[in-house]
Amino acid sequence: MNWFRNAAIGLTVAICASTPSFSNEIGNASDGEKIWSECKSCHALGEGAKNRVGPHLNGIFGRRAGSEEGFKYSNGLARMGKDGLIWEFDLLDRYIENPKAFASDTRMSYRGLKDEQKRADLLAFLRRYSDNPGDIPEAAPTAAGTDHDVDPAILAIQGDPEYGEYLSSECTSCHQMTGDNDGIPGIIGWPAEDFVIAMHAYKDKFRPHPVMQMMAGRLSNDEIAALAAYFEEVEP
Amino acid sequence: MKINRRLFMGGAAAGAAATTLTAPVVHAAGHGKPKVVVIGGGAGGATAARYIAKDSKGEIEVTLVEPSRSYYTCFFSNLYMAGFRELGSIAHSYGKLASEYGINVVHDWAIGIDREARTVSLAGGATLNYDRLVLSPGIDFVDGAVEGWDVTHQNAMPHAYKAGSQSELLKAQVEAMPEGGTFAMVAPPNPFRCPPGPYERISMIANILSKKNPTAKIIIADPKEKFSKMALFQDGWSRHYDGMIDWIGGDFGGGNVSVNPHDMTVTIDGEETKVDVCNVIPAMKAGKICDMAGITEGNWAPVNPHTMQSRVDENIHVLGDASQQGDMPKSGFAANSQAKVAAMAVRSALTGSKLFPAKFTNTCWSLIDDNDGVKVGASYEATDEKIAKVDGFISAVGEDAELRQATYEESVGWYAGITSDMFG
Repeated sequence: MNWFRNAAIGLTVAICASTPSFSNEIGNASDGEKIWSECKSCHALGEGAKNRVGPHLNGIFGRRAGSEEGFKYSNGLARMGKDGLIWEFDLLDRYIENPKAFASDTRMSYRGLKDEQKRADLLAFLRRYSDNPGDIPEAAPTAAGTDHDVDPAILAIQGDPEYGEYLSSECTSCHQMTGDNDGIPGIIGWPAEDFVIAMHAYKDKFRPHPVMQMMAGRLSNDEIAALAAYFEEVEP
Repeated sequence: MKINRRLFMGGAAAGAAATTLTAPVVHAAGHGKPKVVVIGGGAGGATAARYIAKDSKGEIEVTLVEPSRSYYTCFFSNLYMAGFRELGSIAHSYGKLASEYGINVVHDWAIGIDREARTVSLAGGATLNYDRLVLSPGIDFVDGAVEGWDVTHQNAMPHAYKAGSQSELLKAQVEAMPEGGTFAMVAPPNPFRCPPGPYERISMIANILSKKNPTAKIIIADPKEKFSKMALFQDGWSRHYDGMIDWIGGDFGGGNVSVNPHDMTVTIDGEETKVDVCNVIPAMKAGKICDMAGITEGNWAPVNPHTMQSRVDENIHVLGDASQQGDMPKSGFAANSQAKVAAMAVRSALTGSKLFPAKFTNTCWSLIDDNDGVKVGASYEATDEKIAKVDGFISAVGEDAELRQATYEESVGWYAGITSDMFG
């Protein structure tokens, strides 16, 4: 049995290696990997990828919209999935070009990528993680990592959601508790770890936004953990 | 341990308090649930009422006194004038505060405060009792601030500094200007509501005129020598409205101004000009009710930065434009931020909830032209002396169009955020 399975995998690999991969036809995947660095603050990809602020994108090509188990989608995307939308190149291309034009209530707070070639490159890169499961590396630190390294001791802090609720009143002058995302991203229901990573990226002035640099800059590690614990619990 | 002085002064509560000092302290002297009255339903008052009601979970009875049934936000009213917003989109009702938060919303004018008896009297004849009073009345104008103008001339020369019908009037007047006509603004001295407000308004009026009446002129008579985001506005005006706007600052006699609403003339430093529209924004002071309550010093009501309590009466908290607090500008964002600190302090005093250190923030966005947004902001902390600035930022001259558009879109998001934070 074992022998048989190994042989089958070997055969698949051989076919892949000898056939020009489809991804090369839609764009330049290695250029796309550079663009991916903008996406990975919210999305994970590769072996062991989990849902984060956004759903993981393994197998996104051919996936039904709004269908990834355990991820809280906006009503609009969930409905599109029920209506039968399957993500394929043309639809992903349009979505990435202007997410809000495609799904007005999407919580993906990304302005969109206007350059057609760049979209094609990005999709070529993403497609590697869809068509050929064999392409998913054993460990993919570049693809699956976050946009900012945070000291594990900081990530390990258990936040107090009650304190977070008090502190959150500073956030809600701009960020809506409905999770709506128009001009200012929705932040509710984020996994706590992603929240902490994002806030420390602002605190360390790694992410550029001046308001958020100021807000995060004066929050202590405990306060950031408290906010993360609170916002994780809030339902969209 | 915090011990509230009134605990030992109130007769009925005193005996109980001696045995329950460590338990949550609920003290409404002799009348059931503690009562909070909030006067003014803007960015300060509506937020305070909502947070006190929401976070006390029914333990505090909240009454909000606001004369308007439909509240028009001053922020974004300039955008309405240039057609970037519909008037309806800056109008808000108090329905959710009543139905979802259990706030008793009273549409009436507060006309008197008895600080001894802790009562508020209303124009309609009713009297409200309070344990804590939150005053967030916004601004009124200083009488005689602009020679020749008083509030009875607001139809000929609108101030449009309280949004709604005045905003509609000013917009209509600008749109009806004759070809090549002149718009004048008399700008206010410091301190005043919304420091970038007059200059965003100039931008929006220039925007209308550049489309409909490109040979028209704009004159600003300003007693100040500099103003908020000055470099950003002046850069934007020269890029978008070159040659249309003439700003006469204090060092060129801009503060030496009188108006004649009958003849529609403005005299700046001795030179009389006939104008078609004149927007007079007089010097400001705390809403009159603060004076009536006897809690003002000069034009404003000084507060304790840790809790926003009046320096004169610890049972009264003053928010927003009316307060004299230190470094924060008189903005809707600031009032909303101060309201949360006050709401926490009120709850702590009346129900014994935890008092966290006060934190304040402000950001003011302004629109200069279509998709050309800028912002300035800062964070603040409470010191014993004042609300003190900690850190800040401002947009830079020469930012690319995409960033300016993102800044504008962010302001649209902020509007949705703050108004749902105020009105639920």
